[in-house]
Amino acid sequence: MNRYVSVDTLRLALPALSLAILLVAVFWLQPRAMSYTGLNLLFNLAVPIALATLAQMLIMAVNDLDLSIGAFVSFVACVTATYLYSTPVVGILILAASVGAYAVLGVIIHLRNLPAIVVTLGMSFVWGGFAVLLLPSPGGQAPEWARWLMTVRPPFVPVAIVASIVAALLAHLLVMRSSLGVLIRGVGGNARSVERAGWSVIAARAAAYGLAGFFAVLAGIALVGLTTSADAGIAQRYTLLSIAGVILGGGEFTGGRISPIGAVIGALTLTLAGSFLSFLRLPSDWQIGAQGAILIIVLAFRLLLNRLEARNK
Amino acid sequence: MNTSTETQKDAVIAVEDARISFGAVKALNGAQLAIMPGECLGLVGHNGAGKSTIVNVINGGLTPHAGRIFADGAIQERYGINVARAHGVRCVFQELSLCPNLTVIENTRILHRELGGPGWRAKAREVIGRSLDAVFPNHGIDPAVTVGSLSIAERQMVEIAMAFSDAGIKPRLIILDEPTSSLDSGLAGKMLDYVQSFIAAGGSVIFISHILHEVLAVADRIVVMKDGGVAAERASGDFTEKSLVEAMGSVVKNETRQHSGRDLNAAPVVLEQRDTGLPFAAREGEIVGLAGLSGHGQTEMLLRLHRLRSRNWLPQRDPAVTFVAGDRRLNGIFERWSILRNLSVAALGDLVHRGLVNERAERSKAEDWRERIEIRTQNLDGGVLSLSGGNQQKVLFARALSTRAPVVLMDDPMRGVDVGTKQEVYRIIREEAAAGRTFVWYSTEMEEVCLCDRVFVFREGRIVAELTGEEVTEANILAASFAGLPA
Repeated sequence: MNRYVSVDTLRLALPALSLAILLVAVFWLQPRAMSYTGLNLLFNLAVPIALATLAQMLIMAVNDLDLSIGAFVSFVACVTATYLYSTPVVGILILAASVGAYAVLGVIIHLRNLPAIVVTLGMSFVWGGFAVLLLPSPGGQAPEWARWLMTVRPPFVPVAIVASIVAALLAHLLVMRSSLGVLIRGVGGNARSVERAGWSVIAARAAAYGLAGFFAVLAGIALVGLTTSADAGIAQRYTLLSIAGVILGGGEFTGGRISPIGAVIGALTLTLAGSFLSFLRLPSDWQIGAQGAILIIVLAFRLLLNRLEARNK
Repeated sequence: MNTSTETQKDAVIAVEDARISFGAVKALNGAQLAIMPGECLGLVGHNGAGKSTIVNVINGGLTPHAGRIFADGAIQERYGINVARAHGVRCVFQELSLCPNLTVIENTRILHRELGGPGWRAKAREVIGRSLDAVFPNHGIDPAVTVGSLSIAERQMVEIAMAFSDAGIKPRLIILDEPTSSLDSGLAGKMLDYVQSFIAAGGSVIFISHILHEVLAVADRIVVMKDGGVAAERASGDFTEKSLVEAMGSVVKNETRQHSGRDLNAAPVVLEQRDTGLPFAAREGEIVGLAGLSGHGQTEMLLRLHRLRSRNWLPQRDPAVTFVAGDRRLNGIFERWSILRNLSVAALGDLVHRGLVNERAERSKAEDWRERIEIRTQNLDGGVLSLSGGNQQKVLFARALSTRAPVVLMDDPMRGVDVGTKQEVYRIIREEAAAGRTFVWYSTEMEEVCLCDRVFVFREGRIVAELTGEEVTEANILAASFAGLPA
């Protein structure tokens, strides 16, 4: 029994380990970061990224990929900074409808057997268009409660870390412990066997997409809570960051192998990598490349781990 | 089928006069099957006999185009997966059908829809644990590990235990499709013991296996299927291994034997392979058949032969082998390309002048082949999907034959092709072989295998028999395909 556990634990330990190494490196370069305020500053922008990563993870759980996360989070941010601030009821209705649209997207992709990449790439322009219609120029205002939520100062642990842990645990309960989560991962692992057991694969896919939409909405609200205003392209880079975060956290593109806790750790690692590189006084031109290098190193370790796993069998 | 209304009343599931066809292939052609409570029914038959199809009808995965299904004596108008499961029908599939990314417990949850609510993990653990303990005592499998980290045999054990597990709806009819294929004899024995006790307690089992002595030992009654129908049905005591094999064969087709009687023993060997059972060798100008039940290593053999003779990085100036794919849609045609392009793509190396394709040469070559193998189209520039399935297959043949490769590997290329086209292709193959080409032909159809000069029969990934000339008969091939008979 132990031989299985060790490899599975290693899979989860690897993202945690890379985060710890980066954190130590940052503290070594900049000891003042080792404080309440320092940690909050390091991680607060990671919260919306972590939520978007969880959304992406749900889509990847059913073997699809969502290229519209960035545009969708931007759209949500614009709704939050306009309607949710001025007329909350309308704002909530719009957000609920957009979560519904995500679920419908899942149904269409399943029924018509369309490649999710193409559909979501198309949708990214739709969401982007709506966002520009709402906020042609940067502006808007964050709702009080969102602002309060992202800037509250709980004792001992900064809010950025509390929020990340809560999001990770919530997603873990939902995806790893609940029946629905099992069903969603089952669709990713072997859709035919799920179907043979008499489940509706369409419903499972719709649920996965709907939940992804829900987490992306949370990401948009959290983002506006931090920035206090929005702009139509505010979260464009989230699409690739979220995919990288899922992979970094031990998830895989196919086969329903995902880990919510890993995904949140992956998102934190990516954010921290950015700060680490600025502390190194690396010119910002080089930062994206260096971030890529970190990703490649971690993935190389993963590959090694998979080889080990295959040999043990 | 004498007192059919009587049997239907008592049967757990009865299928009557089921008909299903996929294109030109009649998968089921009026098949009858009734399974009584407390009975183990053995189901045997060669490739394409309709075993898997009727199993899929019984478990609700396929709806027959015609025919009736009874469950517990009542006719079922809307029989489907959920109706089948409600009647306690469970299936262990030949290919493993668990979710590899989930734990054993989570897979139990997927299989048992009724197992919901808070605390389902503890319940599922108990359900699968109890079943594993009952079927395979001392199994040593922890239900909390992911299925992907189990060995193949352990997965098979979990899958079998899963089918026999009870989480509210009692299992009443278990379909076991080659259940012992990845178990060693000790584990297989445990499973067969459990099957006996399950039947003694009033359960029913459909047992499908290529190991005939196992079927004879376990089953009470044996149904032999052939060409989508039931060929023989008797108590298992009335069958012997020999009579089972005879019942699987077709008696009338003897005239299809058309051997050239060519003596090729002097011809040079062009392909050799020694790693899988008996040594494999093919001589120049020979048509070599690969036979046996499907999925027993024939396609792997073709791929190995292909790898042996082709390079990974740069294309060869003189290609040594060419391949005709079996699954047309999956790895044969380029759906969006014209007939011309589909035909010429393998031989482009010969049609290139200074890095550019010589279009006139390409067209004349394609026209030439269109006439030689009679692809029925006016216009080679039409999309390849505008052709009928048989003609698409001819394009694939032309693609392979228009290369200069002396060896042609064929992976069951005639699946679902109409009889007329088949005859034409057989003629072309014979002509080409006479001109010195070597064919290695994996076929699931007995008629085609019997056209070959030399046949290798596969079982469980290994060559178990080599037949040449007059020995290439249906009886010999069937005997070698099923374990337990001296080949």
